Amino acid sequence: MSNSFLIKTEKLYKKFPMGPTVLVALDNINITINKGEFLGLVGPSGSGKTTLLNIIGSLDSPTQGSVEVLGNKIETLSHQDAAKLRNNHIGFIFQTFNLLPVYTVYENVEFPLLLQDIETAKRKELVMQALEWVGLADRKDSKPSQLSGGQSQRVAIARAVVKKPELVLADEPTANLDAKNSHNIMETMVKLNEELDTTFIFATHDEKVMKYLKRKITLNDGYIQRDENISLNNQ
Amino acid sequence: MLKFLFKGLVRDRSRSLFPILTVFIGVALTVFLYSYLNGFVSDMIKSSAHYNSGHVRIMTKAYSQESNQSPNDLAIIGIDTLIQDVEKSYPDMIWTPRIKFGGLIDIPDKNGETRIQGPVSGMAVDLFSRESPERKFLNLDESLIKGRIPEKPNEILIADDFARRLKVAPGDTATLLSSTMYGSMVMTNFVIAGTIHFGIAALDRGAIITDISDIQKSLDMNNAAGEILGFFKDDNFHSDKAYGIRNSFNEKYKNSEDEFAPIMGALPEESGLSDYMGLIDIASFVIIGIFIFAMAIVLWNAGLMGSLRRYGEMGVRLAVGEEKGHIYRTLILESIMIGIVGSFLGTLFGLIPSYLMEIYGLDLSFLFEKSSVMITGVLHADVTYETYLIGFIPGILATVLGTSIAGIGIYKRETAQLFKELEA
Ligand SMILES: Nc1ncnc2c1ncn2[C@@H]1O[C@H](COP(=O)(O)OP(=O)(O)O)[C@@H](O)[C@H]1O
Ligand SMILES: [Mg+2]
Repeated sequence: MSNSFLIKTEKLYKKFPMGPTVLVALDNINITINKGEFLGLVGPSGSGKTTLLNIIGSLDSPTQGSVEVLGNKIETLSHQDAAKLRNNHIGFIFQTFNLLPVYTVYENVEFPLLLQDIETAKRKELVMQALEWVGLADRKDSKPSQLSGGQSQRVAIARAVVKKPELVLADEPTANLDAKNSHNIMETMVKLNEELDTTFIFATHDEKVMKYLKRKITLNDGYIQRDENISLNNQ
Repeated sequence: MLKFLFKGLVRDRSRSLFPILTVFIGVALTVFLYSYLNGFVSDMIKSSAHYNSGHVRIMTKAYSQESNQSPNDLAIIGIDTLIQDVEKSYPDMIWTPRIKFGGLIDIPDKNGETRIQGPVSGMAVDLFSRESPERKFLNLDESLIKGRIPEKPNEILIADDFARRLKVAPGDTATLLSSTMYGSMVMTNFVIAGTIHFGIAALDRGAIITDISDIQKSLDMNNAAGEILGFFKDDNFHSDKAYGIRNSFNEKYKNSEDEFAPIMGALPEESGLSDYMGLIDIASFVIIGIFIFAMAIVLWNAGLMGSLRRYGEMGVRLAVGEEKGHIYRTLILESIMIGIVGSFLGTLFGLIPSYLMEIYGLDLSFLFEKSSVMITGVLHADVTYETYLIGFIPGILATVLGTSIAGIGIYKRETAQLFKELEA
């Protein structure tokens, strides 16, 4: 990629028609995100965090303006190409884990690789490696229903990073976890960010997450209120 | 991926059990009805062939005009050479002459006075020659109720119901009043050798069977017969071959002006079954169509409920980068797997009653008591190799159809929307 940035939004707007009026969920967002960042979108509920994350993740498209992600213009991407972008380069982590209940831990983590036509031996290697990263190799044959919330979220992280994506998008990943598990999850992600140079973007309003962030973009009513780099020394 | 989907189906019973059950029931019914209809047709064809028209039938042109009245004054004369002829030309067939005749049967009392009389429909067939297939075709040995099969001239078999009505038994004398080929009245004395139950209402009412030589003698029909029947050696009706033989035979007499020239007809036209056979074909189509329709509706609804339950899964799969079209195709693939399993089980279970009915039959003769159609009262199913496959058509078509319609919702919905529903 010739661009030095990973993601760039320009004059990005997202509007939802609400009866006679229009709700502006994202209001003139201009940001540039570089490779290896560990960035949080923070702000109260309804401030537009999820909407922005979904547009960056090519699950949704902007109403106006442009969004470039890994060299792809999201606003003009066909849904086939969007799927390809997600499949090859982006991992998702959700508040509610969203593991597939009928499949084992191993199979859940393996699923993204099945879509990529990777041969069995290589798949196995990648899945086991991802499970090692999150410390759940010994639970590979468990079903999601047999796991705690923290373990489930770690499986979800393994699923997001198993294909070694450039970018991981996490929407409120700690909202359903207690303090101990929240810290554990964040530490896992910091480690992956440092070891694999994976870019992480969080949407969160969880105070416990804040201290791990290296950059914090505060949204309010859809516009950027503040964009601050947090030097590691501050911690 | 296939393995992945298969695991999902096996582990999530709600995803597979109900659809498989639906397909199972529909397919089992289809298979059974299909073999039942097949059996009905082949029973009808068999009875018609054996008791009435053969697989092909030769008559004179004049006789054929009113063949159901058995006009023996229009019979074929010189049957020996004609039979030799067709035996040479069509060696695949068995040829046998028959005379149908009507008349009155008169049962005398001890003094030789008429005790009771009744109208008969008689059939004179080759009972005595060693190679004659008639005992087998008319199923005489199995149908015998009392007495024995005729062994010498002037012995007859009489329908058991008829015999009871006339209050006669084997050994009694019966006099046939009929008319000769040339129109004069004639009385012939016979001895009743045995009684038989045809299982065909039209015959059980008043049929007698004699050896053909007796009737040739008494009706003045030397070397003559009303009809010459041809049968395929495997006793199955082969439509194309039968029509081929008919055409080639009739070609020879095409230009004959003689109303006594022979003419051949094939079973469907001779028995009046051709309409029936066409109807049954349509009925099979309709039945399969109805089952496809009904199952597809049930499976469509099951698919809709299934996709509601599986929104979470769909959202995750989209997020992971699976393309919408791919998700849709995997749903169809799943439905094909379900269709195959359901059809397989349904076929297996549909075949059980079909086989039982093929072997034992289902006695519905009471329904046909008044009927003059040549149909045995005991219905059989007929399991052919098509029966093994026919269920898969509605089974797989219905699951695929149902899932395709149910899945359109997923396909049409915007990715973001599906995804939000996942978050909700
Ligand atoms: N599909 C939609 N239709 C209408 N309004 C929506 C839709 N999605 C989000 N919104 C609105 O956009 C605003 C931002 O939502 P969201 O991005 O989910 O906020 P956050 O994640 O920060 O809580 C909210 O007011 C929300 O109600
Ligand atoms: Mg949100």
